[in-house]
Amino acid sequence: MVQEHSSKQYDLDLEMLRTRVLEMGGLVEAQIGAAIKGLTANDPRALDLVIAEDHRVNAMEVSIDNDCSHLIARRQPAAGDLRMVMAVSKIVTDLERIGDEAAKIARIGKQEHTHSRLPRTPIAAVHHMGEIATGMLRKALDSLARLDPVSAASIVREDFAIDEEFRSIVRQLITFMMEDPRTISQALEILWVAKSVERIGDHSKNMAEQVIYVVKGTDVRHTSVEHLEREANG
Amino acid sequence: MNQPPVHIENPKMKVKDLNFYYGGYQAIKGVSMDIEANKVTAFIGPSGCGKSTLLRTFNRLYELYPGQRAAGEILLDGENILDKKQDLTLLRAKVGMVFQKPTPFPMSIYDNIAFGVKLYEDLSRGEMDERVEWALSKAALWKEVKDKLNQSGHSLSGGQQQRLCIARGIAIKPEVLLLDEPCSALDPISTSRIEELVNELKVDYTVVIVTHNMQQAARVSDYTAYMYLGELIEFGATDNIFIKPLRKETEDYITGRFG
Repeated sequence: MVQEHSSKQYDLDLEMLRTRVLEMGGLVEAQIGAAIKGLTANDPRALDLVIAEDHRVNAMEVSIDNDCSHLIARRQPAAGDLRMVMAVSKIVTDLERIGDEAAKIARIGKQEHTHSRLPRTPIAAVHHMGEIATGMLRKALDSLARLDPVSAASIVREDFAIDEEFRSIVRQLITFMMEDPRTISQALEILWVAKSVERIGDHSKNMAEQVIYVVKGTDVRHTSVEHLEREANG
Repeated sequence: MNQPPVHIENPKMKVKDLNFYYGGYQAIKGVSMDIEANKVTAFIGPSGCGKSTLLRTFNRLYELYPGQRAAGEILLDGENILDKKQDLTLLRAKVGMVFQKPTPFPMSIYDNIAFGVKLYEDLSRGEMDERVEWALSKAALWKEVKDKLNQSGHSLSGGQQQRLCIARGIAIKPEVLLLDEPCSALDPISTSRIEELVNELKVDYTVVIVTHNMQQAARVSDYTAYMYLGELIEFGATDNIFIKPLRKETEDYITGRFG
């Protein structure tokens, strides 16, 4: 953060931890982007790649968490340093889950591709929702990189937008299913994808809450948006 | 001083605008704080910050040295112990102290405990035996020494000697126990024994501990005061100080960004 430790190595270790989370975040962001693009473009090869890459995300989660344990054992971090290590350990869990959602979307995308009865509208809506979610993820990683609680707080409002999109997609899909029951199985698959994207928004929000915790020292999980914004801006 | 207020529910001691001088040098500058009864309060800070000096004002140990003086008020149960009329022997019976290096008297383990008690109380042989056993048990030393009470205090290991000094301190049943870096000369196992003991002692006593070891302060104390250059920079619940300190100076010190 601002001043240096009397131990240079400690500073390097902490900096390395943050760099590696951001690196993992970059990978996860790419996975999500590729999964949604592969889904909308009917590109099974791109989707296969997403599925194949998921193990890298998993490995990074394990390895970064391990770094956190080592740092705690060797340095006994306190105050801001402690909050950073705690937050990183939680953020990698969210990132890993986002990675899982990307793989899930890719798997569904591969099936969906074979028998298309639905019009393109719900897929376009999912694509749009995916863009919001990816934007949230990017912003969460950005606010972690810059330790910016105000930008982190704005992600929470965006999560409401995603939830609204999700409800609208559900309404749309229900209409299609009622009109033509043969679309049910495919509509359900799109519903799973939409649900996955909605979860990405939730995970990004969790990460944003951790950024506020790192910078402000206040745990804003499970509190109202108003309270969260007050803490972040205060 | 503009440190944020910390709510001390049941203060045993109240320090009010305390200044302390070593001759012309001012070592403590306008410190005000409350010490909660039956809790452990830790003083932390870099060398020369005044934490030991502050501790020594609590039983007026500085009176032994000419040229040292304190100004301000230190209330113990509402009575100003800095008052000229304060009986020092009585004060030190109420406020016991344990030092950095174990300082057993050159006498038997038994007499190390009995010596101080005799100054204040007239006990029968049986009562004294009981008191010695009680103090040594409280200090978690009884089992190790009960068969060699007549051996010299110096025959014990460093950790045992320090627990003997704590036993000696509590044998006179003080109300406040001051510990000045009690573990800095001890190995980790002896250290954890003493820390365990501090935790048990606070049931009966108000404990104030000075330590260079921040992790120790975090482990044993309920309240932590961070001092720097004779000033009290931040005073608060230990959980807050170590997770979310309010002052940047405190954060820099406890995260090792000092200096």
